[in-house]
Amino acid sequence: MPTYVRTDKCDGCKGQDKTACMYICPHDLMKLDKDGSETGHAMKAFNQEPEQCWECYSCVKICPQQAIECRHYADIVPLGGSVQPLRGSDSIMWTIKFRNGTLKRFKFPIRTTPEGSIEPYAGKPTATMATINNIGFFTGTENGGVTAGFRPGNRAELIRL
Amino acid sequence: MAGEFGNPEVIQEEVDILLIGGGMACCGAAFEIVQWAEAAKKEAGVDLKIKLVDKAAMDRSGAVAQGLSAINTYIGTEQDPADYARMVSNDLMGLTRDDLAYDLGRCVDDSVHLFEEWGLPIWKTDENGERHDGSKGLPSLKDGGKPVRSGKWQIMINGESYKWIVAEAAKKALGMDRIQERIFIVKLVNDKNDKNRIAGAVGFSTRDQKVVVYKAKAILLAAGGCVNIFRPRSVGEGTGRAWYPVWNSGSTYAMAAEAGAELTMMENRFVPARFKDGYGPVGAWFLLFKAQATNAYGEVYMVKNKELLNDYPPYGQAAVPASCLRNHLMLKEMKEGRGPIYMDTVTALGKLRETLSPREVKHLEAEAWEDFLDMCVGQCGIWVGENVEPEKKNSELMPTEPYLLGSHSGCCGIWVSGPTDVGAPTAEEHADAAKIPSHLPSGWSWGYRSMTTVKGLFTAGDGVGASGHKFSSGSHAEGRMCAKSMVQYCIDNKDLKVELDTDPAQLVEDIYKPVRNFLEFKDYTTAIDVNPNYITPKMLQFRLQKIMDEYVAGVATYYTTNENMLNVAQEKLDMLKEDALKMRAKDLHELLRAWENYHRILTAEAHLQHILFRQESRYPGFYYRMDKNFVDEENWHCFVNSVYDKSTQKWTCFKRKHVDIVDKSKLFKPAAH
Repeated sequence: MPTYVRTDKCDGCKGQDKTACMYICPHDLMKLDKDGSETGHAMKAFNQEPEQCWECYSCVKICPQQAIECRHYADIVPLGGSVQPLRGSDSIMWTIKFRNGTLKRFKFPIRTTPEGSIEPYAGKPTATMATINNIGFFTGTENGGVTAGFRPGNRAELIRL
Repeated sequence: MAGEFGNPEVIQEEVDILLIGGGMACCGAAFEIVQWAEAAKKEAGVDLKIKLVDKAAMDRSGAVAQGLSAINTYIGTEQDPADYARMVSNDLMGLTRDDLAYDLGRCVDDSVHLFEEWGLPIWKTDENGERHDGSKGLPSLKDGGKPVRSGKWQIMINGESYKWIVAEAAKKALGMDRIQERIFIVKLVNDKNDKNRIAGAVGFSTRDQKVVVYKAKAILLAAGGCVNIFRPRSVGEGTGRAWYPVWNSGSTYAMAAEAGAELTMMENRFVPARFKDGYGPVGAWFLLFKAQATNAYGEVYMVKNKELLNDYPPYGQAAVPASCLRNHLMLKEMKEGRGPIYMDTVTALGKLRETLSPREVKHLEAEAWEDFLDMCVGQCGIWVGENVEPEKKNSELMPTEPYLLGSHSGCCGIWVSGPTDVGAPTAEEHADAAKIPSHLPSGWSWGYRSMTTVKGLFTAGDGVGASGHKFSSGSHAEGRMCAKSMVQYCIDNKDLKVELDTDPAQLVEDIYKPVRNFLEFKDYTTAIDVNPNYITPKMLQFRLQKIMDEYVAGVATYYTTNENMLNVAQEKLDMLKEDALKMRAKDLHELLRAWENYHRILTAEAHLQHILFRQESRYPGFYYRMDKNFVDEENWHCFVNSVYDKSTQKWTCFKRKHVDIVDKSKLFKPAAH
């Protein structure tokens, strides 16, 4: 289902050089039509290559205006359904509408820590060059290391030693 | 001077370590490397300049961009890395490197525990055996929390923001001043004084009129697997609904091959059997909800056709037969006209409802939908469009078009140096050893873990061949392994001055050829896409896909080919490679597509050449060489490796011996005949 941008909602990210959807699309599909020469809608974004859309919903989820939705692949899917998320900081809400009108709503957690709060090296050991050629990572291996994730394995399983 | 279309600004930069890609592998490398670089500075006085470039935005780049509903590689305390190495081996028909799988198996959980610490919600089972999502505050895995195992190796997560979280840690660790997004690297450059050493990489910005020329001592090339070299089953708007991410264009394999790196097992492919058209994941349905797949008459083909498994001892006789053989049993039903194939979701959910409370049933329904919504929203699109509620209507399954990858259930990729403490071979001892080009290393380790056969060039994730089943967590862990090795390599080579073997001006011309083609000829015709002087990247991709689909065992021939068909395909590919020089790019977006497709052609050619060289059908269900339709353990229980010569444009394929490092006999029951 290629994504599409609603003319009544998209504000071109208020005239910034890049829109949020352009920033995020992994496949470089979203484009801001600055002067309206490509779509007839100046300062609004559009999906420039819909048949390359993976439906990853990255643009849908990031759009600050909720201006982006999906119309499911026309060569496969009957018309009328929709799957629309609203992504918050700790959860995502999905509204799912079937062709026959059936409606379902789901809410799932997406993250247990505040966005931007990761301190990658907090509580971690410092790497020392003496161990760089050892197996494992700077997080260590003794008793599983600081993450308790190292699995030394039963050496007897290694049949050529 | 600001560049303009056709006259780009050229940015030259010298770094010690360049990370190409922003997926799980490079995020792992970014996290790990800063610590070791600090140590190198403090203890060895070596101040390493590090840079990461990604063709997209790290928050949503790579195969995990959309999210995932499970982490497929988590060893846990109850299993041994050797068990993991055995599983990997059998699923890939016996031909994987136990040293790589074993090493990954002992290291991967470290990354998973970090993901949870950073905020990834991981499902847990409570003391009553009830499942809870990852936001409920049950003890973390690190503190003994029990994950929800959907399979022996898989754990369920609420993974919509999986990549977002992992990228945040990587970006914070490395710092945004060392990261540049929207830079697409298209070629590696070898050292002028040593053609088997890496010296740099070149690419361009997909946002600004800039070509970038990097000099680097060490490079991590981790730019994903390869999608869309075969004609997809949907060819309209649905073309984009590939199973693996459509932006994985074989850049890892093609650039490594052109740099002279030894590839391995490029004949391997993955043909996932997935929900039809949406390509939604089946793992949770099979493993968590205990659904069965049937033909149109309700017959379970894995039971009905189980005798076929005995044709491929021992791989069919493990408790879980190899993935390709499961396809083999399904294809028999399809070819003999008993399709469609269905996932019996109705019976599975019905059975579960018998024992569950209404609250648990509601939770179960949410779990089933979340499985798609976290990682494959497109499948939900199909379900809502076709009014499919899984408790009321079964869904079709279908084997997809072939994909090339090394981190999921596939093992094509690059031959890398492994660990030295697990008993891996240190020499080549087999009849064909003399046919291995003499400049290549002997044995499975040559100094730096995860280094390719090109000095200074490292790879991880989909890049590492002859392993597989690493998935998201394993790719992250492999990136971390590379980080350590690259720091050590740079310290050992601190006085090395690499020199690009090609003049930067020439490299810029090569990269911008499609733009030149466009600007030179665009006014020759009135229709911008129809011009005898150039070909659009889109049409070039269609040509590639047609060749691969019709001759190299795509869906058009039910995954069958033979030597004659492969030779015809090679002839057509030769001409396609010539015409690739005539691709046009009318803007930077099309320049991106042009180079992605160039990478696809080389990847496809490697795949073809390896299938041609291997005189058997190693992966029944994924492809069949109908002129050699058997598995030949006596002559072909070996790796097929290759090197590409970019000056002659020819491949050299050769055998390397396979050796078991863990005992495989534990997997098998005795053959029935």
